[in-house]
Amino acid sequence: MITARLTVNGEQREVAFRPSATLLFVLREKLGLTGAKPGCLNGDCGACTVNVNGTAMKSCLMLAVEGLNQTILTIEGLKDSPVQHAFIEHFAFQCGYCTPGFIMNINSLLKKYPEADDYTIKEFLSSNICRCTGYQEIEKAVKSLLKMNREDRAGLQQDV
Amino acid sequence: MGLIGKSVLRKEAWEKVTGTARYTADYPATDSLHAKIVVSPYAHAVIKGIQTSKAKEVFGVRAIITGEQFPLTGEEIRDRPVLAKDKVRHYGEAVALVVADTPQQAKRAAELIEVEYEPLPVVHSPTAALMPNSPLVHEQLGRYKREERVYPEPGTNVANRTKIRKGSMERGWNLAEVTVEERFSFSPSDHAAMETRCSTAEILPDGKVYIMTSSQAPFMAKRLINEYFGVDIGKIVVETPFVGGAYGGKASIQLELLAFIASMAVGGRKVRLLNIREQDMLTSPCHIGLDATVKLGSTRDGKIQAAELLFLFDGGAYSDKGADLSRAAAVDCTGPYGIENVWCDSLCVYTNHPYAAPFRGFSHSELLFAVERTMDVLADKLGMDRLQLRYINAIRPGDTTPTQVKLNNSNVGNLPGCIDRLKQMINWEEGMIQDLGNGKIRVKGVSCIWKTSTIESDAGSGVILTFNRDGSINLISGVIEIGTGTKTVLAQILAETLKMDIRMVHVQMKVNTQSTPEHWKTVASRGTFMAGRAVLAAAEDVIKQLKSTASCVLRAQPDDLEVGYGKIFLRDEPDIHLDIKDVAYGYVYSNGNAIGGQIIGRGHYNLRRLTYMDKETGAGKPGPEWSVGAQAVEIEFDKKHLTYRIVRAFSAVDIGTVLNEKAARGQVMGAMSMGLAFGGRETFVFDKWGRVLNPQLRTYRPLRYGEHPEYHVSFVVTPQLDAAYGARGAGEHGLMGMPAALGNALSLAAGVKLNELPLIPEQIWKMKQKEGYSHADL
Repeated sequence: MITARLTVNGEQREVAFRPSATLLFVLREKLGLTGAKPGCLNGDCGACTVNVNGTAMKSCLMLAVEGLNQTILTIEGLKDSPVQHAFIEHFAFQCGYCTPGFIMNINSLLKKYPEADDYTIKEFLSSNICRCTGYQEIEKAVKSLLKMNREDRAGLQQDV
Repeated sequence: MGLIGKSVLRKEAWEKVTGTARYTADYPATDSLHAKIVVSPYAHAVIKGIQTSKAKEVFGVRAIITGEQFPLTGEEIRDRPVLAKDKVRHYGEAVALVVADTPQQAKRAAELIEVEYEPLPVVHSPTAALMPNSPLVHEQLGRYKREERVYPEPGTNVANRTKIRKGSMERGWNLAEVTVEERFSFSPSDHAAMETRCSTAEILPDGKVYIMTSSQAPFMAKRLINEYFGVDIGKIVVETPFVGGAYGGKASIQLELLAFIASMAVGGRKVRLLNIREQDMLTSPCHIGLDATVKLGSTRDGKIQAAELLFLFDGGAYSDKGADLSRAAAVDCTGPYGIENVWCDSLCVYTNHPYAAPFRGFSHSELLFAVERTMDVLADKLGMDRLQLRYINAIRPGDTTPTQVKLNNSNVGNLPGCIDRLKQMINWEEGMIQDLGNGKIRVKGVSCIWKTSTIESDAGSGVILTFNRDGSINLISGVIEIGTGTKTVLAQILAETLKMDIRMVHVQMKVNTQSTPEHWKTVASRGTFMAGRAVLAAAEDVIKQLKSTASCVLRAQPDDLEVGYGKIFLRDEPDIHLDIKDVAYGYVYSNGNAIGGQIIGRGHYNLRRLTYMDKETGAGKPGPEWSVGAQAVEIEFDKKHLTYRIVRAFSAVDIGTVLNEKAARGQVMGAMSMGLAFGGRETFVFDKWGRVLNPQLRTYRPLRYGEHPEYHVSFVVTPQLDAAYGARGAGEHGLMGMPAALGNALSLAAGVKLNELPLIPEQIWKMKQKEGYSHADL
């Protein structure tokens, strides 16, 4: 066991874990942050996606020790964000199990590529699996946000 | 209130987008031990011995369990040991169970258990299983306890046979001027819900059993633990929170039993068992496979006179729900067509494959792949338009089903209407093939669907409504929120009936079999129908009670009162009223006198007038109503490389009144997506020893973002008269015609009959090879 401090959702959390523990295991079983889900435990499904320094990361493929001195954001740290609103309005989830992973993936996508084209969207989102929807609703939710981004920037330019 | 049809946002929406929605494995496990399953590396082998001494030495191990002492299980035939005993019958079968303090310790110990096997010959398919010299999967088939209406054939690998004998085949074949016969085959595959199954079990000192499980059937888990283990049914409490996708796979009772025996082995302490993906696919039940032969005969003008169908379902090692699946396929064996003369044998056959759970559509996407592919072959032989052939034979009110149920304007949807709608949607008149140049073509394939739901003839659903002091209502139903949004739809039904603000309806999402009224199982597209009727009944109960109390205060007959808009008021003088909030907990007069009390509404609905099927002819009424639809797929096909892209997918379905537009579209599109994945790419890949080579999501690949086509969904509305606001089942239907439509498009595009799934380019290439195709031809 090692004891370390992780920065999660803007808080420093002291936590003891085995050196071989994955970030997903520590988030769920030690910190009670169960929004990140286990789906495959080998990076295939994306249900465990969180943001590490703003980058979408599969927390089952990362050791908790690799998260030291990094800024970790989980779905629990995302409050009232446009992605969450878009998912609700566009019915972009059903069972909801893959949803935190998708939302964290999209959160990172929008921050990095606010004007993402179809190729970039696919590049990001094809790493997660949703088994309930046909993806059309998720596509609409993402594109509504990109549209919002465009309108925001257009508005900004006019202001200037 | 105008809530019917509105895309009301889901009641659990914010929980699901904030990570606060809890699934079974999300409940803290600090007080529980952890179990790990040891599985068989063979598909069929004798267990010679199990060595556990090394495993016992692992720190933290509390118990190691092998298959000796437990009763046989199974819903229709008790053929399955909780843990394999004497022999294993499929790759991945549970052989032993380790319980330890942590998941890591349990895993370490499980790896140290040594099982000695003696391999046996493997039964690879239902067709092979019926060969006279085939090994038997169950030597003791005749000795198993079973339900009355399942018909195993001891001494063979037949777990169940359902016969349909309608009309006269002799007459049918005499009238037939054109006949076609096709054979079909596909292996088992998987549901691949994103949440792997998870169960926890705890047994208290007084014998109470607490189970939490990711299931579509907590009430059935309760019933079966009572039946198998003799625990008093009232002492068993099963809880199910949100379920992360199910699609039928979580309707079988399996992991709960393992968690229960694990807890028994450690003196009742709480034990959690969370499937890893590989075991979720192999050890827990999967999606059924099928070998089928379909023979159709029609007159030259396209009227089908005879249908002869043989379905050999690959039930795998245990019959569990496979027996029932094969029966359901017999019920709707012809596809949605009015045919006078029908012969069908539908068998559930034992093989050494993982065994089958229900799968969205309950054997219908499977049988429809065979029937609808044959319809295209028949259309071609007749030289007839493919949709025209389907239109001519489309099932209509006045026709009878294969089990001889007479259809009417309420119990069947409008299939001709769906076909007409589909023609417009896909611009059928422009033709089925368009040449895009570059060796690519765009091709359309079509199919039609139908389904009734053959669940237990006495299946029921109950609803309780309790009031809060502000006049808002808690809606408590046994329907599991597996992702379908049914509980939001129930809230809509309630709010519409009580003419109230839907924000005043609070839906309890979690189900607890002790405090929630039973909903048989959340399966078969029955949630909205059965629970919807229960909500209507509970709403009537509430109205009656509100009026009763209010009639004293308002000094008027209850019959003169109306309920709605948060009030109870005189019909002809609405100004004379009481607020519901002042009556919901009893009314208090100004002097302190009180009458009434908290209003608790109750409602119930049981299926009615369903009958068992006759053993020899299948005659009977096993389901209440048939939803129908017409579907299409448009592909872009590369003639040289035999690769393709699904460009668009279409559904024109009659699900009766649409209660929540966006949720209904989501159900249909999601089901279509799953059907395209099943038809196009998903299968277990077996080697010659019956091992599954691809039990992971990187080798077993569901559709991913960007691989999805454009979806087009249109609703034809034929209300079902005895359903809440006329809604029909909708959860499964989008899936059912997709494999056939894809097969029809690809067969046309490639110019070769494609009768096996999945439809990967390699499969197309193999079929082309058989016909002497070579690249030199291009």
